[in-house]
Amino acid sequence: MSDEPRTFLETRDVVFIALFAAILAALATFPPITLPLIGVPITAQTLGVMLAGGVIGAVRGGLSIVLFLLLVAIGLPLLAGGRGGFGVFLGPTGGFLIGWIVAAFAIGYMTERLWHRLSFLIAFGICIIGGVVLLYAIGVPWIAFTAKIPLSTALTGSLSFLPGDIIKALIAAAVIMTVKRSYPIIQPKTAR
Amino acid sequence: MISLTSPVETWAHRWPAGAKLLALCMASVALFAASAVWMQAVAAGGIVLLYALPGAVFLRYGMRRLWPLWPFVALVLLWHLFIGATAEGAMIALRMLNAVALANLVTMTTSLAAMMDVVRVLLTPLRALGLNLRAVELAVALVIRFTPVLTAKGGMLAMAWRARSRRRAGWRVILPFLVLALDDADHVAEALRARGGL
Repeated sequence: MSDEPRTFLETRDVVFIALFAAILAALATFPPITLPLIGVPITAQTLGVMLAGGVIGAVRGGLSIVLFLLLVAIGLPLLAGGRGGFGVFLGPTGGFLIGWIVAAFAIGYMTERLWHRLSFLIAFGICIIGGVVLLYAIGVPWIAFTAKIPLSTALTGSLSFLPGDIIKALIAAAVIMTVKRSYPIIQPKTAR
Repeated sequence: MISLTSPVETWAHRWPAGAKLLALCMASVALFAASAVWMQAVAAGGIVLLYALPGAVFLRYGMRRLWPLWPFVALVLLWHLFIGATAEGAMIALRMLNAVALANLVTMTTSLAAMMDVVRVLLTPLRALGLNLRAVELAVALVIRFTPVLTAKGGMLAMAWRARSRRRAGWRVILPFLVLALDDADHVAEALRARGGL
C-alpha cells in the first residue's frame, strides 16, 4: 500500500524473521529435559536464539527474537512449558528473555564480521560469547535484582544451566557452519 | 491458535485492553515501591480475591500458572532466612508472586485480537521511523502459520529417523529441519513477491 513507508526490509527478510520466530516457538515443543532438582525446564530455545543470529544475521536475527517476544507478551504460550503473557517479563527470568534479543544480535554481528574466516571453533566461540557470556551478563543481574539476592548467589544458581548451554553452543556452531556451506543467507560485512 | 486467554468469561474480558495494560503498569510500579510485608500481603489478598471472583475453575488455573516460580520463591526465602532477614525475604517473595499474578490476570482476561489492536496503536508512532505496519502484521500472521507446519515437519523428520535407526533422533535432525525450513521460507517469499510483496 502506498501510504506505508518503505522499509529497509524486503519481503524475503520479513519471511526469514517470521521463520526464525516460528522456529523458536517450534523448539519449545521439543521434549524439554526438566532438571529433577530445580524443576526449571531446559529446552532447545536458546539454541534457536544462537541459530537466529548465526544463520540470518544481526538485524534479522535480533528482529526475529523481538517478534517472538511480542507474540509471547500478547499471550501466546510459546515459551517452554507453555508459558507466556506479560507475567514472564516481570518474573525473575525476564532478563534472559530480553537478553535473547541482544544475544541474537551480537551473534549475528560477529558472524557477519568473521564470515570469511568462520570455522567451527570460531562459530563456537561466537555462540559462547553471545549466547552464554552476554546472555548471563543480562539475565543474572536481573534475577539478583528481582529476588534481592547477591549477584554471586544468582550466578551460582545459574551455573547449573552452563553444561546444557555449552552443548547447545556446540550444536549451534555445527549447524551454522553447515548452513554457511549449503544455504548461505548472511551477507558478509567484510570483503574477502 | 491456542492462547492463554481464559475460556471462563469474566467481566474483565469486556474492559478495553489498553486500559487494563495501563492499570497493570501503574499497579506494577506501585508493587515495586511498596516495601513493607503487610502492603504486599494486602495486595496478595486482593489479587487472590480477583482470581476467586470468576469462580473456582479460573482460580485453580490462575494459581497453576504461578507454579513455575516456586524455585525462585524458595531461593529468596532460603537466602533471606540464611542472612536473618525473614521479613524482607517474605516481602520480596510476595512481591514477585504479586507482580506475575497481576500480569497473568491481564493476559487471562484479554483476547489475542484485542492485544493485537493495542500493539498496532503502540507501533503507529514508529511509522515515522520507517516501520512498515503491514510488514509487522504479515510477520505475525506468518509466525502463526509457520509454527504448526514446522512442528509437524520436525515430527516427520524424527519419525523418518526412527524408521532407520534404533536410537533417538536427538539433535541430528536439527540440520535437515533447518535447511527444509529455509527452503520453505524462500518459496513463501517468492510466492509473496509474485503477488506484489510488501
